[in-house]
Amino acid sequence: MSEPVATAHAVNVRGYLSVFATLLVLTLVTVGVASLDLTEGMTVLVAVSIATFKAGLVALFFMHLKGEKPMVFWSLGLTGVLLVTLFAFVLWTEGDHLLGTKVGDAFGTAPAQTEPVSPKPQGGGGH
Amino acid sequence: MDALPYTTTARPDTGLTSPKLGIWLFLASEVMLFGSLFSAYVLLRTGAPFWPDQSETLNVPLAALNTVILISSSVTMVLAWAAAAAGNLSRYRLFMGLTLLGGALFLVVKAIEYSDKFSHGLYPSTNNFLAIYFTMTGLHAIHVIAGMVVNAYLLGVTRMWREDHLRFTNRVEIAGIYWHFVDVVWIFLFPVLYLL
Repeated sequence: MSEPVATAHAVNVRGYLSVFATLLVLTLVTVGVASLDLTEGMTVLVAVSIATFKAGLVALFFMHLKGEKPMVFWSLGLTGVLLVTLFAFVLWTEGDHLLGTKVGDAFGTAPAQTEPVSPKPQGGGGH
Repeated sequence: MDALPYTTTARPDTGLTSPKLGIWLFLASEVMLFGSLFSAYVLLRTGAPFWPDQSETLNVPLAALNTVILISSSVTMVLAWAAAAAGNLSRYRLFMGLTLLGGALFLVVKAIEYSDKFSHGLYPSTNNFLAIYFTMTGLHAIHVIAGMVVNAYLLGVTRMWREDHLRFTNRVEIAGIYWHFVDVVWIFLFPVLYLL
């Protein structure tokens, strides 16, 4: 008990409540943005960005990542690399028809599909 | 207390208590578990000729409610840890109890959603979307249940609170880190499965 570490993370109740309020607001924003008539690429980008930001808030403040020791970041960094690699290969495989066709069918507002496959390659393909 | 070293002091080589390093390594594996399912979702969806309208198929208001419930239970969890760190037992019990209540409410709402799908003949076998939906939310629900078991245990045990308070507080923190991770997974599941 020479060097207790339980108090290494300062208790900041007011800070936790601010994070809580921010998370609730961002949840509302997420639902609101999804109901807007943005392009699907934009909708995906905004939704995933907000979710990532919310997750970051939870990790930094609730999970005490803020001010955590390097060993934790090494573990998470390696995990991040593996996760990005996993998604990179999926997106590489599907990159030529990622947007503009199938995903559009998920929106009730989208008109009936006239052309099954977009003639223009949608970037990020790299086949 | 020497049977498990470094539960209250940092191990010199890692700079962390062993439970802290342990939970993060476990969560790293969990990131890959859920990450593989998210990538499977992307692959299924982009490779499908037709994908159902998710927000029409599923109940967005109930899922938004569940998001609020789980975020709230994350806050009460961290407040429970703060109360434990401050040595306030009644406050700790209040917030840990609220955290458990949040988990239970989440599962009740999830059960309502599931039974509504089943009553409309929507099963995992119906289409690829429902298959991945039930797989991901089902696995997530199992994680909620696991977290509730740990939290219920920590709510009931008071001997360690008296005899080795710092170790108890660290246990609450570790259980909390797991519980927040379950919240983080839902933060991604909600927009991906319900809104996009």
